[in-house]
Amino acid sequence: MKKKNLAALLMAGAMCFSLLAGCSGGSETGGTGTQDPEEPSQGAEATQPAGDDQNGQGNEPAGTASGTFKLGGIGPLTGENAIYGNAAMNGAQIAVDEINALGGAITFEFEKQDDESDPEKALNAYNTLLDHGMQVLVGTVTTGPCITVSDQAFQDRVFAMTPSASSTDVISGKDNMFQVCFTDPNQGVGAADYISANMPDAKVAIIYRNDDAYSQGIRDTFVSEAKAKGLEVVDEGTFTKDTQTDFSVQLTSAQNKGADLIFLPIYYQPASVILAQAKAMDYNPTYFGVDGMDGILTMEGFDTSLAEGVMLLTPFSADAEDERTQNFVKTYSDLYGETPNQFAADGYDVVYAIYEALNAAGCTGGMSAEEICEALIAVMPTISVDGLTGQGMTWQSTGEVSKAPMAVVIENGVYVLPN
Amino acid sequence: MKKLIGKIKGLKKTTKVDFATYGGVILAFLIVSALGRFGFLNRSISGMLVPICAYIVMAVSLNLVVGILGELSLGHAGFMSVGAFTGVIVAQSLQASVPSAPLRLALAIVVGAMFAAVAGVIVGIPVLRLRGDYLAIVTLAFGEIIKELINCLLVGYDSKGLHIAFNLDGSLTINDIGMAPDGMAIIKGAQGATGTATIASFTAGFILIMLTLVIVLNLVRSRAGRAIMALRDNRIAAESVGVNVTKYKLMAFVTSAALAGAAGALYGLNYSGLTASKFGFDTSILVLVYVVLGGLGNMWGSIIAATVLYILPEALREFRDYRMLVYAIVLILVMLATNNDQLKGLLGRIIPKRKGAADNG
Amino acid sequence: MEFLSYLISGISLGSVYAIIALGYTMVYGIAKMLNFAHGDVIMVGGYISFCTTSYLGLPGWVSVIFAMVVCTALGVLIEGLAYKPLRQATSLAVLITAIGVSYFLQNAALLIWGASPKGFTPLIPAVNSKGEPNALRLFDGQLSISYISLVTMAVCIVIMIALTIFTGRTKLGKAMRACSEDKGAAQLMGINVNRTISVTFAIGSALAAIAGVLLCSFTTSLMPTTGSMPGIKAFTAAVFGGIGSIPGAFLGGILLGIIESLAKAYISTQLANAILFAVLIVVLLVKPSGLLGRYVPEKV
Repeated sequence: MKKKNLAALLMAGAMCFSLLAGCSGGSETGGTGTQDPEEPSQGAEATQPAGDDQNGQGNEPAGTASGTFKLGGIGPLTGENAIYGNAAMNGAQIAVDEINALGGAITFEFEKQDDESDPEKALNAYNTLLDHGMQVLVGTVTTGPCITVSDQAFQDRVFAMTPSASSTDVISGKDNMFQVCFTDPNQGVGAADYISANMPDAKVAIIYRNDDAYSQGIRDTFVSEAKAKGLEVVDEGTFTKDTQTDFSVQLTSAQNKGADLIFLPIYYQPASVILAQAKAMDYNPTYFGVDGMDGILTMEGFDTSLAEGVMLLTPFSADAEDERTQNFVKTYSDLYGETPNQFAADGYDVVYAIYEALNAAGCTGGMSAEEICEALIAVMPTISVDGLTGQGMTWQSTGEVSKAPMAVVIENGVYVLPN
Repeated sequence: MKKLIGKIKGLKKTTKVDFATYGGVILAFLIVSALGRFGFLNRSISGMLVPICAYIVMAVSLNLVVGILGELSLGHAGFMSVGAFTGVIVAQSLQASVPSAPLRLALAIVVGAMFAAVAGVIVGIPVLRLRGDYLAIVTLAFGEIIKELINCLLVGYDSKGLHIAFNLDGSLTINDIGMAPDGMAIIKGAQGATGTATIASFTAGFILIMLTLVIVLNLVRSRAGRAIMALRDNRIAAESVGVNVTKYKLMAFVTSAALAGAAGALYGLNYSGLTASKFGFDTSILVLVYVVLGGLGNMWGSIIAATVLYILPEALREFRDYRMLVYAIVLILVMLATNNDQLKGLLGRIIPKRKGAADNG
Repeated sequence: MEFLSYLISGISLGSVYAIIALGYTMVYGIAKMLNFAHGDVIMVGGYISFCTTSYLGLPGWVSVIFAMVVCTALGVLIEGLAYKPLRQATSLAVLITAIGVSYFLQNAALLIWGASPKGFTPLIPAVNSKGEPNALRLFDGQLSISYISLVTMAVCIVIMIALTIFTGRTKLGKAMRACSEDKGAAQLMGINVNRTISVTFAIGSALAAIAGVLLCSFTTSLMPTTGSMPGIKAFTAAVFGGIGSIPGAFLGGILLGIIESLAKAYISTQLANAILFAVLIVVLLVKPSGLLGRYVPEKV
């Protein structure tokens, strides 16, 4: 009897607590952004006098755009995919700080929320952000949640731009949804074209993750394009989230079928395991990766000699010589203690793209999310943005970005252009 | 009026609790609906209503197995998954022939529950002869198997009807299942269901909770329910007085599976994207946490625990990076506080014992 | 030959599962609780080893000792703070607490070490300084077994034998078995039950640390969620072999590894886990208390 009383009491207490917390969440709108110790301080902004000089569009007459806009960011900040969400949100935060430091007419308030890469949590995060007054959405980072959130944002008329959700399902049929990353088909076709042009005799094996929309999506388009180009795919191995620790079987199979090129449409963490295990088996094929492979060189503790000769398609390289990338990499590593990967650069570019679009559309901070959405949809196909992940990025009205994928090869631990 | 009060007083204690549970759920629904109507609910709360309903149904149905039948199941999300994907297929393919969304939702929930019940029978018959942790691991295994199978499932719909394929060797895609070009892809293997029309609503969730409560509470208070509880308390004694072990175990298990399927269909139709990996071990555990914190065999406890624990991580968003850490600490502390004799004794002395508090074990 | 190499990779993977399962089974046998946080202690062990080798520059074997010390302390701490107060509570309450501890460890690791995966330098690097694979080559190099696999298998067998001798011969080991049999009677015989359980946790956590280092040597990368799936698989392995039985956990782990590897090679890489679990279900239906588990007849 006692136990039940106590349980009931605790429940009641917890309920009050959660309700109170919910209330305070509503009232503290926006102010939270500046109180968090994790976020870059004002001092950090001074160290990097913003690369906006190179930002061609930034100096054009800014129309009547002015005011403070509330950006909301959604991505996995905890759990399995925390690396992608954190990178993209950190990149976006740097861009926001840069723009605010410019002292221009437009300033941003940025609030990030965690979705654990789960559609259910993502929708909750999205609703929370709307309660906090979000006007434009930066996100979501991963594909699965993005499909759900973009659908809701489409109904609500909230403009959204994802750094990295690359599936075509994310943008199809939603005029308010734009991507900064390549779509999956784009990458699959690009990789197959590149291989058939440069290594037409390669015997290709594919190892991909079949419970991941990104990996499966690229693999599907790669295979159909490879068939069209007459590339020989000799073996396909799959793995899932639960079996991504041991690849000896897939590698043995590829080796036995005589594959001399392994296509890896996967993220760099499992790829690093594949490289190490193949080396241990004394199996040395050529590897070809996609943008998810970016980051492998900066993975702490990774023996970069394993990645020697790996080729990949990537829009971003932390080693790039240009001043803007250098500044970004420096700021990022000062603030977060690690080298930014492609997701961070994507997050950064999203904020700048939104900034350009707001300028072009002449939006003001007082406009509602719906008004901003319609205005931005109208200007998106007309603007061109120079970002870290591509010069002169333009968008189709479908939401797809046009930029050139760049093939690089890893030599002595850095990306170089293949000769 | 006096007569009514007299009548209520005359009722059995358990009956009173049951009516209080129904009344509480109806009251909560009315309050929340009213608040929603007058715009007092923020988006974050109103967005959580449907998943909360689904998790309440999950918790109550799991409580039937864990609390009433006394068997630990770690694969409850597997049944939810079956219900969710069946529900999505039904709702999506009936889009043209059944224009009314609530009707389509109802059909999806019914069919989802039926398929989950079939899965319950398939799993239940062999599995229920195991006991304790062995049963737990087999239900866990079942949940994982379901997850992997759905990852291989390709479903599309066109004018000729449904096209279903199993992508066992990884070489098929949604374009290979022989759909007409105008066909609609419903489930794309690992990418899950995408582009689902979201037709779930809070009212539907409320009706589903009420139905679940009616089914579960009536089962528990019936002759069959007493037989099930007898199995839990002492299987051999129950068997010796002629209780059919397999029949009653299966009855509880399949009912629970069917309700989980219904919850799944409601959940699945609330999101336009849905992947099988959502319904893994973690979700099963999450629901189990609701059940244990709410109290074994205690249905209103499950309802409250599911609601509070669902809202808690959302309310903790203020803690930002520390959110899940705080959630974990709260979980541990609540378990310690509710189960530690010393603490209980201490609190018991501070809080005077309520006279005649309801016992609803 | 192909079959042999699949078999060997299965056995070496299975050895890792077996070491984790041994820790699981020890704790279960004595404390009668499913310690779902065990997998996360493994992850902590991996991170400690990573930090000692990468930041302090110490050799691999020192890092194993470091990891064992830290994990043992952590195990005893968790037991004392979270599980000891629940000694009289239902096993479900302890299970949920263990899940809470598991969430806690994962999220604490996320805050401490960040979300990015860390590259783990294996105890024995895949290639030696001359660039040749560190592997035993048989049949003219057609079959190669890496040294780390050999070490893992050897460590696994040594641990299994040591634990069997420990629980069978030593005083503390006998006390453990007595606690496992009947806590009340053990207490009456003058055994300090609480201390015995704490020692069991210490041993289980030390094993988890070893398992962590070996697991990460295999997977060569480390994330806050590294431990969860191996934890579940090891739990499966322990049940497979008969939970509470030390040789059972060993056998279960090895078999699980072999089944996983062969299923991937010959049936489907997509469904490897599903096949694994299906075999488990079939085995449990035929032998409801696991391969080497003791059948306990019910008393009326």
